[in-house]
Amino acid sequence: MATDLIPLGDPSLRQKVRLELVVNEERRDLVIDGYKSLLELLREELQLTGTKHGCELGECGACAVLLDGQLVLSCLVAAVECDGRSVQTVEGMQNGPTLHPLQSCFADAGAAQCGYCTPGFLLAAKELLERKPDATRAEIAEALSGQLCRCTGYLQIFEAVEAAAAQLRGGR
Amino acid sequence: MREIRYLSVAAEGPAIRALQADTDATYLAGGTSLLDLMKLEVLNFAQLVDVNAIPLTKIEVSNDGARIGSMVRNSDLALHPEIAARYPLLSEALLSGASPQIRNMATVGGNLLQRTRCYYYRDPSTACNKRNPGSGCAAIDGYNRNHAILGTSDHCIATHASDMCVALAALDAVVHTQGPGGERHIPFAEFHRLPGDHPEIESVLQHGELITAVSLPPPTGLRQSRYLKIRDRASYAFALSAVAAALRIEGNLIRGARIALGGVGTKPWRAVEAEQALVGKPANRATFTLAAAETVRGARTRPHNAFKVELTRRAVVRALSTIRGAS
Repeated sequence: MATDLIPLGDPSLRQKVRLELVVNEERRDLVIDGYKSLLELLREELQLTGTKHGCELGECGACAVLLDGQLVLSCLVAAVECDGRSVQTVEGMQNGPTLHPLQSCFADAGAAQCGYCTPGFLLAAKELLERKPDATRAEIAEALSGQLCRCTGYLQIFEAVEAAAAQLRGGR
Repeated sequence: MREIRYLSVAAEGPAIRALQADTDATYLAGGTSLLDLMKLEVLNFAQLVDVNAIPLTKIEVSNDGARIGSMVRNSDLALHPEIAARYPLLSEALLSGASPQIRNMATVGGNLLQRTRCYYYRDPSTACNKRNPGSGCAAIDGYNRNHAILGTSDHCIATHASDMCVALAALDAVVHTQGPGGERHIPFAEFHRLPGDHPEIESVLQHGELITAVSLPPPTGLRQSRYLKIRDRASYAFALSAVAAALRIEGNLIRGARIALGGVGTKPWRAVEAEQALVGKPANRATFTLAAAETVRGARTRPHNAFKVELTRRAVVRALSTIRGAS
């Protein structure tokens, strides 16, 4: 546990902390600044910049990732809380050169304009469809309600998720 | 730059001892109401004691009631089949709060201590008695549209932000704690404090006291219920006014009633007088309207939040009518 990894006698988060976690199915052994959020760990230590800095206060969803399979806001998770845990980011969605159906459907439906919110939407939609492959429009809207998009007006996003759901159900 | 120390603990004893040893420490659970306020420098704790590894995550439901571990996440509680079946009011309230992402993180214990969304509280450049005792209240003479009309004082008019707590108030929950002085079992109505002269003290918890569980009595007569939340947009917004209501109707007569309000009180607001106005009366609109008037009796409004009086009255009537229609 993280307790043991912080140098004994000096548990200040200004110190370096050793963490072991799995990111996109790859085991990572890291020594990082203790004060960092999971968001900063991903972007600054692992250069996984798909996860975005938005409001930093848990209001916009731009930083959403899957932590042990659950959708969370990485700006409100301290990196030190993630020892021994598993994280999935947008970089882990595609399979080799093949995009995840959600990614290709977002592209086809024009569900991204500036693109800043897209990684969070993709992960929120992925988590939903794994839990509820035949989610209704209302369920999609609810699942994505913590993800803010200021460009699209959401309609294309909902359509993209429905198209991806149909593809995934069809086993394509 | 402030130094913050961090300690992760896996049991209650070490957690309580860590806080006893440091008056400037606090518990870290879901983090959704703590880490954001620390980033804003509204809260400035020197030590975080991470209690996420303490296994207080059980939900036990029986004919004697329910016991919910304090580390249960809001989404797990809301979607628990027996909670949803026996305490639909609680599920409905939880699912109306925040977003799925935040509900996956937020805990029951943390939600009891959710901080207000008063814009002045969250802005350290302004006066706020809750944030900086004695500095004044910028909301009273400022923009106070989202502020409280019940339970206010001359020092604070901030609302309590939680939806879960409104349902717990209606359901007569008990908060169980473990602390330096042993265990306590605190009736919900006594858990949160009115702001009075000390708005910075929001609950009766002592420093180091750890919430271990919330229990609920059997839901007798409470299954016909409704959580109605009125807000600026249909999802992911805080309540302007919220009503947790339950009715037990036999024939056409009301035999039992519970009403609690959110978004209008400085603490989760149980409306006992309104409940008394319902019991023994016919379950019709006239009765509901009389009871609704009771909920806001004594309301003290400010220039921008006077609309909450009529909004709350109508929300109460609608919540009760919906239950009546469904029963």
